[in-house]
Amino acid sequence: MTTDDHLADLHAMWRIRVLEEKILELRLAGDVVGSVHLSNGQEAVAVGVCGQLRKQDAVFATYRGHGWAMARGVPAYPILAEVLARTAGVNGGRGGSAHFSAPEYGFYGENSIVGAGAPIATGAALASTFDKSGRVVVTVFGDGAMNQGAVPEAMNFAAAMDLPVIFVCENNKYSELTPINDMVRNPDLSARATALGIPATRVDGNDAAEVAAATALAIQTARHGLGPTFIEAHTRRIVGHYIGDAQQYRPEGEIEADLAAEPIVRLSQQLIASGVAADTVEATHRRAVAEIEEAARRALAATAADPATALEHLYA
Amino acid sequence: MRETVKLNYGGAVNAALARSLEDYPEAILFGEDVALPGGVFGVTRGLRKAFGARVFDTPISETAMLGAAIGSAMMGRRPIVEIMWMDFMFVAFDQIVNQASNVRYVSEGRLTAPLTIRTQQGNAPGACAQHSQNMEALLLHVPGIRVAMTSTPQDAYDVLRSAVACDDPVVVIENRSLYAGPKAEIEIGGDPMPIGGHRLRRPGADVTVVTWGSITSRVLAGADRLAAEGIDAEVIEAVWLNPFDHAAVAASVARTGRLVVVHEANTTGGFGAEIVARVVESGASLKSPPRRIGARDSRIPAAVGLAAAVLPQEDDIVGGLRAAVGR
Repeated sequence: MTTDDHLADLHAMWRIRVLEEKILELRLAGDVVGSVHLSNGQEAVAVGVCGQLRKQDAVFATYRGHGWAMARGVPAYPILAEVLARTAGVNGGRGGSAHFSAPEYGFYGENSIVGAGAPIATGAALASTFDKSGRVVVTVFGDGAMNQGAVPEAMNFAAAMDLPVIFVCENNKYSELTPINDMVRNPDLSARATALGIPATRVDGNDAAEVAAATALAIQTARHGLGPTFIEAHTRRIVGHYIGDAQQYRPEGEIEADLAAEPIVRLSQQLIASGVAADTVEATHRRAVAEIEEAARRALAATAADPATALEHLYA
Repeated sequence: MRETVKLNYGGAVNAALARSLEDYPEAILFGEDVALPGGVFGVTRGLRKAFGARVFDTPISETAMLGAAIGSAMMGRRPIVEIMWMDFMFVAFDQIVNQASNVRYVSEGRLTAPLTIRTQQGNAPGACAQHSQNMEALLLHVPGIRVAMTSTPQDAYDVLRSAVACDDPVVVIENRSLYAGPKAEIEIGGDPMPIGGHRLRRPGADVTVVTWGSITSRVLAGADRLAAEGIDAEVIEAVWLNPFDHAAVAASVARTGRLVVVHEANTTGGFGAEIVARVVESGASLKSPPRRIGARDSRIPAAVGLAAAVLPQEDDIVGGLRAAVGR
């Protein structure tokens, strides 16, 4: 990877971070209502994975999915318009923060049921075996979803049929508000994939380049018809599970440690240490802020979703 | 090409599947034991041989199966998936109630899920409580999911063709006690009909009876008995429950002034209650209170004699109709 590649990753992560910070601001101001789950600290996973995908590939994400949508190329304006319940939102306000999709960008949706996206992604991969598109499908879920039956069912189904799907587990250490290690006997979640005959790897999910390398290998495996791969990406969420989560479950000092190791801080420090000018590094942030501010300004000014359309699109 | 053939109910389902797989190159058929074994009731026999890899067996993983149907449908396939027993659907209900139902609506129509779920339900002699339930009402409480139920070879063929052609998720509920029934002459090979509508099984002037599923034959037998007593029942079989033909029921009740709904499902929370409520809400002029005849609100016992005490029998139907017309 070149310095420019790393700077591009940094910019991509800043775009997600600034978007999430803007959504937090809009939520606290009351412009956004309802439950919102931010991905601050986990940006390197989305950026590392999506950077390896082609246009035709498909991502199935979770309610913590704003960053995955953005990493897939969905512009900030329709994402913000969606969480603001505007007609111009990617789904005209029907999806909201936790359940929107933008298939035109290969983003097949968030899902607000833990683990439920994995079987659907498996189905999308099943379609690839018939349409010969070469489409690879990524399904991302958290560590908590590993304890939901839909995920192992999907993994075995995909393994038995050699489907081109990549299971990405964002292990952020907490299943919602409960430590994952209290809810399992074997903390190596990737061992479950291995047991099903799926090649599995554990990577530093705060390092976009490491995530990208694992993803590239998984994509190669999938495109060659060799079936699924499981990637356990270790990361940390540096905000609450949802906006308003007091996070009293965190041990003292944990947040501080996580903030020092979060991917944007780390990559920025690495770039500066490698001789990149501080202003060049900081410019990635400034560009992201300018873009998101403009998108938010437009989204706030956009028309609210029209109640007269509430019953549209129920059936063909 | 349209042709008339003699098929039993199971054969009609098989013919509809074969025709759908021919018509739609994007159609795929899968489920537990449906391909090489040809289905536990033999309904999918021969389809693997005829259509190769488009017909395949799956693990016993209903959630994965239904998810696979939804995801492949989003990507342009037209999956037909079999859930062997309606009772097995509940281990995977999330994929229907939270997932398939929302694909079109939440995406503002950018994504669709043109999938067909075939299943079968109902009690049969000796069936245990987990293989006997009639659960259509649960699905009818879920906007976004179409639901049909058939009892004749012709409808088994026509409705399944329409379901596969439909661009929304459709659950087609069959009944295993019908699969090996008598052959009937049916017409096959035409274009799929639009979904919806009803079947007028017996015209009559005294009371409107709305029913669906395999109990329809029991209702018709009861109506024939009553005809000998001078009670003339009109029997409507609602093969499509979503969309439901409320207009047809209203028109019939306007003529007869009486309404009885018969289903094998539990009376409480059954879809019969919805039909009665719609008629009452419409302000229809009724000569007697509308009646529901359904299973007693009980678990279903395996013993045949016990099950008969829970499920509506011909005598229960006849008695209910007599009461409705005041005899």
